[in-house]
Parts: sequence; structure tokens; C-alpha cells
Amino acid sequence: MASQKEVLIDPIFNNNPIALQVLGICSALAVTISMSTTLVMCIAVIFVTTMSNLAVSLVRNRVPTNIRIIVQMTIISSLVIIVDQVLQAVAYDISKSLSVFVGLIITNCIVMGRAEAFAMQNGPWLSALDGFGNAVGYSVILIGVALIREPLGSGTLMGFEIIPTVANGGWYVPNGLLLLAPSAFFIIGLFIWAIRAWKTDQVEAPEYEIAPNGQYKEAI
Amino acid sequence: MAKLDKDSLGNTFFIAIFLCLVCSIIVSGLAVALKPIQKLNKELDQKKNILRAAGLLASNATESADGKSIEQLFAEFTVRAVNLETGEYVDGVDLQAYDPIKAAGDAAQSISLSSDEDIATLRRRENVSLVYIKTNGAGVEKLVIPVRGYGLWGTLYGYLALDGDLSTISGLGFYSHKETPGLGGEVDNPKWKQRWQGVRLYDDLGDPSVRLVKQRSPSASTAASYEVDALSGATFTTRGVENLVNFWSGELGFGPYIQKLKINGVAQG
Repeated sequence: MASQKEVLIDPIFNNNPIALQVLGICSALAVTISMSTTLVMCIAVIFVTTMSNLAVSLVRNRVPTNIRIIVQMTIISSLVIIVDQVLQAVAYDISKSLSVFVGLIITNCIVMGRAEAFAMQNGPWLSALDGFGNAVGYSVILIGVALIREPLGSGTLMGFEIIPTVANGGWYVPNGLLLLAPSAFFIIGLFIWAIRAWKTDQVEAPEYEIAPNGQYKEAI
Repeated sequence: MAKLDKDSLGNTFFIAIFLCLVCSIIVSGLAVALKPIQKLNKELDQKKNILRAAGLLASNATESADGKSIEQLFAEFTVRAVNLETGEYVDGVDLQAYDPIKAAGDAAQSISLSSDEDIATLRRRENVSLVYIKTNGAGVEKLVIPVRGYGLWGTLYGYLALDGDLSTISGLGFYSHKETPGLGGEVDNPKWKQRWQGVRLYDDLGDPSVRLVKQRSPSASTAASYEVDALSGATFTTRGVENLVNFWSGELGFGPYIQKLKINGVAQG
């Protein structure tokens, strides 16, 4: 049985859902253009993952095996609708810029993955901690990506100018690539590299070895 | 309690129904409770969009350059209901509650469009719509009309703003659409929206003749004054935008009203 501390802390670096399990990439690419949308997305995912793990864990002994995925889905989607409705009421502009991605938390592999893999086997308290930890692990990567993309892509952070851009009379020419989704791939790739250089046990064994170049022989 | 067979048929049904009930009560309760706040937000957003189309509010700002709030800026506009067929003002319409888009779905409050008339693919057009007019001492300063039309994936909803001469476009903005992000979705690009400013809407005969083109005519020519650059990679969206602008400023849209406004000034009706 894992200790509470492990369950909470492990997903942040040792078993990060994005960097090690490579889950939840889709929203990580989409919402990291600006820090404010990223933070809202992170809070939403933390809420949904924690609550869904808690709820799934509470009903885990009653849920029939053959409909368990549907039960998890129903719980997760209800939570996501709650988040969406609350956002539309209190942060309308951000909810507009997040548009479909709030709804797509339902399909975020991390939420579903934790419900099925952890909450179905563990008690409510541990499951909630696990959900929280994994969502924080997701958030750490997202915030890191946004911290690179927003300043270099548009010269701002949280909407405030930190690098004066040419358009506003400064010197910095914004790098348009960082406003596009592929840039997040590069940044996440670099993060994975950095984490694996630091924690070498995460490096996967190569699936095959490239044979050394043999002596060139003429076909007979 | 005896050990429960959780995989039994009874329990499966019980859990399924119970869970659905609990979830739906929570979700619908919350939705009802938050509805008033969401409605306020939507109204504020609509006002913002009208102001942005009219160029009175920068795209991310929540107040104008001289510090007026959205409510203050919007208060300078007069909202009127207009009969699209005759171009006359209609009195006795509850401007707060009236929704032209909803009216277009009601057979009693709308007309059916034949396929050659219906260039913006609306199927039905409401009889009464709303206009937003800003006046200054000399007459009309800005006129904002709601526009909509089919793009590639769905209907684009937006506002078209005209300058005081009622034949030059002052701005165009969409508040809801389903176009592909990065291609058709570029209708939201502030740089592209800026290009609408100063484009001529009506030709010498009074017909709306805006064109979205791949290659602009030589800049000195008359043709160029009706042209806006098309969006790359978004042929259907571009065509949709061109059609919806021409439809709503034309004979079946606000054309009759704008003609009357030109002749009579704001006081008519």
C-alpha cells in the first residue's frame, strides 16, 4: 500500500502524467498560449480529477463491473458540466477562450485513467490525494509550457507586457511559432528530456539496437 | 447486510438509475441557479461585440481609450426595432427580450427564403430585427446591424458596423462561429478585421457589392474599394462571409431601412 505522501508527490515528477505517461497532451497543446487560460484549465482539471477520483472511489464497491466505465464517465461528465457552468457565470471571457477544451476535460486521459486505475482499487482519501497529485503534475507541465510560450510568443505574461514587442514600439519580434500548437510539442519534449536527464530511472530501455555498419560486400 | 451481489441485474439497474438521478439533479440545479449570472454575462458580451464592430472598443479592452465603461459606451447607442421589409421602425417591441434569431425560427414572425434569394443559407428570415444607432449633432455617426450566415461548419453570428455615410463599412466582427481554428477561424483575427474598415458597401446603383478576393485590384481602381483580402485556406468561410455581408445589407436584409435612413435621417418612423 502506497503511503499518502508518495501518492500525492510521486505524480509531480517521478510519475508525471504528461512527461512519463504522455497523457493529456491534447489540452496541453491547446490552452498554453496564455497563462491565464492555462491557470483556469489547471484549476478545472485539479477540481475534476480530485472530485471524480473521490466519487468513483466512494461507489467502487457497489458499481457493477460491466457498467463501471459508463459510471465513471457519468461522474466525470457531470463534474465537467459543473465546471463549465461555473466558468460561464464567473469568468465568461476565459470560458469563451477555453471554448471546447473545458468540455474536452471529459476525454482527458488523465481523469479517466486515474479513476479506472487508482480510484477503483483504493479508498476515498487516498484516491482524492492521487487525483489531486496527478492533476498537479499535469498543471506543473502546463504552467511551465505557458511560461515559455506566452512571453516569447506575444511578449506578455498574464496579459501584462514583460518584453516590449516591436508592434508596441519595443525591440522584440514575437516568435509566431510559439503561438501555434506544435511549439508545445517541442517544449514538452525538452521537458521530458530534462526530467529524464535528472531522474535517469525514467529512461526507457531501447526497443532495439542499431547494428554496427558491416563491411560492404557485393551481392553474389 | 448480506453480501451484495454487485453484478446482479437488479443492482446494475439500481446503480445506473440512481447515479443518473443524482448527477442530473446536481447538474440541472446548478444550471438553473447560475442562469441569471450567465445571462448577464452574455448581454455584456453582446454589447462588447457591438462596440468592437463599431470600432469603439479595442479587441481585448474592457473600457474605451478615454476610460468609458462598456455600459457607458453602449448607452450612447439607441436600439430600435426595424421591419426589414418596409424599412420602417416598429414600436411596441420589447427590445430587452426580443431575439431576432429566435423569431427567424417562428413561422409567424419570419418569411421563408427561396434558394436564389437565400445567398447566406439562412432558410428563414425574421420580419423584425434590431439596429443600434449612434448619433451625433449632425446625424448618424455609426449604425450597427446584426448579421449571420452559413460558413463551412455552421452559422457565423456577428455585427456589421457602418459609418455615418451609411455606405462605408466601419467594422465587422463575429461573436459566435464554428469555423476551423487557424483557417476559417481567422475571421476573429484583429488584423483581418481591420481590413474591413473603410471598405465601400454599396455600388453606384445602391446594390451591396463587397467582394472577398484572392488578389486585390490595383489600389487606385474603383473595384479595389469594394474588396477585402480573402482568408487563405478558408474558401467556404470566405464565401460565407461575403454572402452574409451582401445579404444583410441588401434588399432582403437591412437595405430598405438603410435607404430610408439615408433620405430621412434618424428621425423617421
